[in-house]
Amino acid sequence: MDKDIITLTVHGKDFLGKVQGRKGQTVLEVLRDNHIHVPTLCYHPKMPPYGGCRLCIVEIENMRGLPPSCTTPAVDGMVVHTHTDRVFQVRKSVLELLLAYGDHNCLLCEQTGNCELQDLVYEHGIEKIRFKSDYKSKPLDDSNSMIVRDPNKCVLCGRCVRACLEVQVNGVIDVALRGSDSCISTFNGMSLKDSNCVFCGECVSVCPTGALTFKQARFKGRPWELKKVQTTCTYCGVGCQMELNIKDNEIVKVTSSHEIRGPNVGNLCIKGRFGYDWVKHPDRLKTPLIREEGIFREASWEEALSLIAQRFENIRVKSGPDSIAFFTSARCTNEENYIMSKFARAVIGTNNIDHCARL
Amino acid sequence: MTNSIEELEKADVILVAGSNTTGMHPVIASTIKRAVRSGKTKVVVVDPRKIELVNHAELWLRPKPGTDVAWLNGLMHVIINEDLHAKGYIAERTEGFEDLKQAVSTYSPERVEEISGIPKADLIEAARLYAKAPAASIIYAMGITQHINGTDGVKSVANLAMLCGNVGIEGGGVNPLRGQNNVQGACDMGGLPNVFSGYQPVTSKEVREKMGRAWGVESLPEKPGLTIVEIVDGAVKGDIKAMYIMGENPVVSDPDSHHVRRGLNSLDFLVVQDIFLNRTARLADVVLPACCFAEKDGTFTNTERRVQLVRKAVEPPGDARPDWEILCDLARHMGYPMSYPNASAIFDEIASLTPSYAGMDYARLADGGLQWPCPSKDHPGTKYLHKDGFARGKGLFHGIEWISPAEGTDEKYPFLLTTGRVLYQYHTGTMSRRSVALNERYPECLVEINEEDAERLGIKSGDKIRVSSRRGRIEATASVGDSVDLGTIFIPFHFAEVPVNELTIAALDPIAKIPEFKVCAVRVEMVGEE
Repeated sequence: MDKDIITLTVHGKDFLGKVQGRKGQTVLEVLRDNHIHVPTLCYHPKMPPYGGCRLCIVEIENMRGLPPSCTTPAVDGMVVHTHTDRVFQVRKSVLELLLAYGDHNCLLCEQTGNCELQDLVYEHGIEKIRFKSDYKSKPLDDSNSMIVRDPNKCVLCGRCVRACLEVQVNGVIDVALRGSDSCISTFNGMSLKDSNCVFCGECVSVCPTGALTFKQARFKGRPWELKKVQTTCTYCGVGCQMELNIKDNEIVKVTSSHEIRGPNVGNLCIKGRFGYDWVKHPDRLKTPLIREEGIFREASWEEALSLIAQRFENIRVKSGPDSIAFFTSARCTNEENYIMSKFARAVIGTNNIDHCARL
Repeated sequence: MTNSIEELEKADVILVAGSNTTGMHPVIASTIKRAVRSGKTKVVVVDPRKIELVNHAELWLRPKPGTDVAWLNGLMHVIINEDLHAKGYIAERTEGFEDLKQAVSTYSPERVEEISGIPKADLIEAARLYAKAPAASIIYAMGITQHINGTDGVKSVANLAMLCGNVGIEGGGVNPLRGQNNVQGACDMGGLPNVFSGYQPVTSKEVREKMGRAWGVESLPEKPGLTIVEIVDGAVKGDIKAMYIMGENPVVSDPDSHHVRRGLNSLDFLVVQDIFLNRTARLADVVLPACCFAEKDGTFTNTERRVQLVRKAVEPPGDARPDWEILCDLARHMGYPMSYPNASAIFDEIASLTPSYAGMDYARLADGGLQWPCPSKDHPGTKYLHKDGFARGKGLFHGIEWISPAEGTDEKYPFLLTTGRVLYQYHTGTMSRRSVALNERYPECLVEINEEDAERLGIKSGDKIRVSSRRGRIEATASVGDSVDLGTIFIPFHFAEVPVNELTIAALDPIAKIPEFKVCAVRVEMVGEE
């Protein structure tokens, strides 16, 4: 037997029995690996556990209080209760407190349908908030064209802070102030635009609520209307795997996930994340163009290709195949580069083909 | 890259030379920064510019532009002198060590300091850090290669890695970062004048016969063709009469733009196939509208040799078509039957003719891609190269002498100009400059100049300045700071209206034919002065 294997007994919502994990895992990790549901909010698999939101609390026999499962090391022989009435009531109170200290109106929120807070509130059957608060609305940071920060929808889970520091290692934001004044802030409370943020969008991608949203995507489509197409980024040579979120033949936003296998493990940069609007730019070429007396006129494919075929053939016959040259492209696909190489060599008969690998 | 991106988190030391990683490959930079943060990895940056990774580095060496072979030889001089080289590895897996030893023997830290400006003590410390690491990775980019001795720079990098037994191990390697999404693939596919796909030489009769059979032609040309810069020269001379340019913008990207324009204007016939009417397309006789990455299926091969799927997500605008369909259609117009039902079928043909891609198909690539070489359907792909030996058998050391850049400074042109990219823009800007978000961050071309130089010349950030070289002149806005060293300026090449390649020199590395974009001599003055 592998001595690293540990066994826990779990009394879950829809589960009763023994599960196995490995030494060094937390209770939450063992439960998740065994597909046993425990609600979480501040936890994110890309980052170290934080133990801040108190939603993943459980009862563990022979342990005092309600330990957060995300920071409690799993020990062989543990008996874990994930959904006792006591646990459920505390989670419910935590959620109501979060709702009281913010402005969570789902009708006015971009994230409706893709909000972990909304899902948790529903899961816990909350219809009204028992706490009265004197919550005063805080100003938005709408200073740039990429990210909108709405502190009124923030639950201070700290995911954005850890994403910025632990995943992207930029450390642009942190939790500032104390108590009910607590908020996520850049250095000296600057707007993102004026801070040293490089707009990778990692913080938005991990935000569980509508506190951080992609501005270009706002009001362009609800989460359930978007079709996600996984593809490879077209900018640098890292080859990040990304999802183009499509509605009505338009890219609404670009997302990624650590669950997609790829060299970027779900991370992106500003270009991959936000630099896609050129796809729909009115300047895109839409039809073949032929120059006549110095100016371009629109042409059909048949006309343009016949002209090229005829001119290439004439030049090849008159001056030889090596009087024709091809620039293939580091921007195009493998298939297209292969086809151009085949075209140059098999159709025209020249090895004059190169591209900007050296530039 | 000989090794994989994920292995960077397993390296004990990462030497980053001539790569502004946070700007050009931000996602790899984050991987490096996480490795540093974990406490396992130390980073040594060697770069004339104070790049952001310097803030995460154990040590930063700041060489004068164009002195890479000298400081690399200096590192090896120290390593051999202090007996830190991997003697067992060298004996077992390499040859030519005596040549190397001889060549680097004259590159004492004192002499290297004189050539490169790197303080002797820093060079020694860097050498010890690199040599003592169980697994050390070298990351480099165009900072090493875009020189008249770019090939020498790359060979020197390889020398250093082999000297310390860092090739063929996990977390080590010689790792060039490729700047464009599919520059690796364009090379792999035979988009080069001397090879078919998979680097099969056109000079090999056997290879030509194999390709000829598959392509249904009796013979294929055996003479290697011309490289980009030679093609342009050929056009100027009149030897090249017609060109077909697909998805490239040489008027902005290539050295000495004036010369490029003259070449393209001299052609009898120019076809440009692109997604925008860029500066090159404006010179064409026929322009063909192509699909962008989001409008077609295909594959890209990334910098770690990983072949990954590109999937169609939206319909193209107007009559635009995928590049491969256009070329197939043109082939048919020229009497050559070429047709495929889809991109996947083309890939199957590639796999059948390219040994390093032989085991790949779209179904296998769907989840996470595969790294070449992948010679058979049951092969898992290759995480790092040269594990059990080098392609040629033994790794060959090259003893290399440093040579100075093609153009040095003088009284008339007292500054060194180095060109490159910035995080917020991309290559010639055809795409990125049409993105609202990216332009909000970096809307205009900025000339980075050292604060002391600026003060001497009376230049402040935001001033319009003129930069001239022996070949041309441009005007742009100054950005004063400490990112560049005294006597050096940096200008990105993304901005067609500030065509920095009017200034650069078309001096080429004799083997790779790469232009020396990283060094030329210029003069800087306020606009209004003469």
